[in-house]
Amino acid sequence: MSILDYLLRKKKKTASVAKERLQIILAREHIDRSGPDYLPELKKDILKVVEKYVAIDYDKIQVTIENDGNCEILELNISLPDFAGGTTAAMNKVRKA
Amino acid sequence: MAKVIVVTSGKGGVGKTTTSASVATGLAKRGYKTVVIDFDVGLRNLDLIMGCERRVVYDFVNVIHGEATLKQALIRDKRLANLDILPASQTRDKDALFKDGVEKVLNELRKTHDFIVCDSPAGIETGAVMALYFADEAIVVTNPEVSSVRDSDRILGILSAKSKRALDGDDPIKEHLLITRYDPNRVQTGEMLSIDDIMELLGIPLAGVIPESQSVLTASNSGIPVIHDEVSVSGLAYQDLVERLLGEEVPIRFITPVKKGLFKRLFGT
Repeated sequence: MSILDYLLRKKKKTASVAKERLQIILAREHIDRSGPDYLPELKKDILKVVEKYVAIDYDKIQVTIENDGNCEILELNISLPDFAGGTTAAMNKVRKA
Repeated sequence: MAKVIVVTSGKGGVGKTTTSASVATGLAKRGYKTVVIDFDVGLRNLDLIMGCERRVVYDFVNVIHGEATLKQALIRDKRLANLDILPASQTRDKDALFKDGVEKVLNELRKTHDFIVCDSPAGIETGAVMALYFADEAIVVTNPEVSSVRDSDRILGILSAKSKRALDGDDPIKEHLLITRYDPNRVQTGEMLSIDDIMELLGIPLAGVIPESQSVLTASNSGIPVIHDEVSVSGLAYQDLVERLLGEEVPIRFITPVKKGLFKRLFGT
């Protein structure tokens, strides 16, 4: 490290930024991986339908499957953009036998 | 009972081949009959790192396709009599590998060798899956850098879902984290992910830390696996790794910052 680098060194620790970003992305990728094979496809199809009405990104749709005793819960969470009024506008739960 | 160890990472350029060469050499140095196989078909490089590039006649793909015998294709290391190298083909592509063929070669090697080290290609395609499919243990090579950590996590997912052990419902592959190109000084200044950060993110046991070192390049320049360099920190760190793979308890070394002199502080390294 030269004296110039030392003087211009930013206060923000980039390693902790890296760790936070990785924690978030790995958690999301684990969810995608742990669910049934059709989940990513289902997500894309839902995105296509929603996109017809509102412009949103793929990562604004969260699809998870949880085991709750003897039934599985498919949880769908879509965050709509701010201008549509509120951040989380739609939430829907579908119960499977 | 022979052990198959895959050296994998997902991301390229993190030190898989360097690690494969040094781990295989280290195991052979400890007296185990060892073979190291290059699974990077089309981009052969293990031969260069092992310093045997001019002695390659037949390769792994030739053996799989019955164009040569295993005995013809194996190259005896020039320094260690109990170390063999099985080079990859330079002219074929990764689809030249197929499960039954790879299995046949591995089964044959299991009869004659104690350790089979599989040097995986980068990526998650056929070549990488073939390299890890039959593994008993996996060394996941990771740099303290975001894309490498993410790709290692991805490979861990593949190890636990697509390997033979996972599909057969056997005991899972024993996973070892190897952090390479680690710079304790940059960790101290908060510019680099620490060992604890990476362990927390990936959640597998640590088998070794190879510090960033100039001797890795000089070793590859001359085709001598860096573990032979017993005065360099990376050579010693690889020796420690091999001892840990053999079940010995060895503390992690070379992970505390080295103080730079005033001259280096002012004018850079």
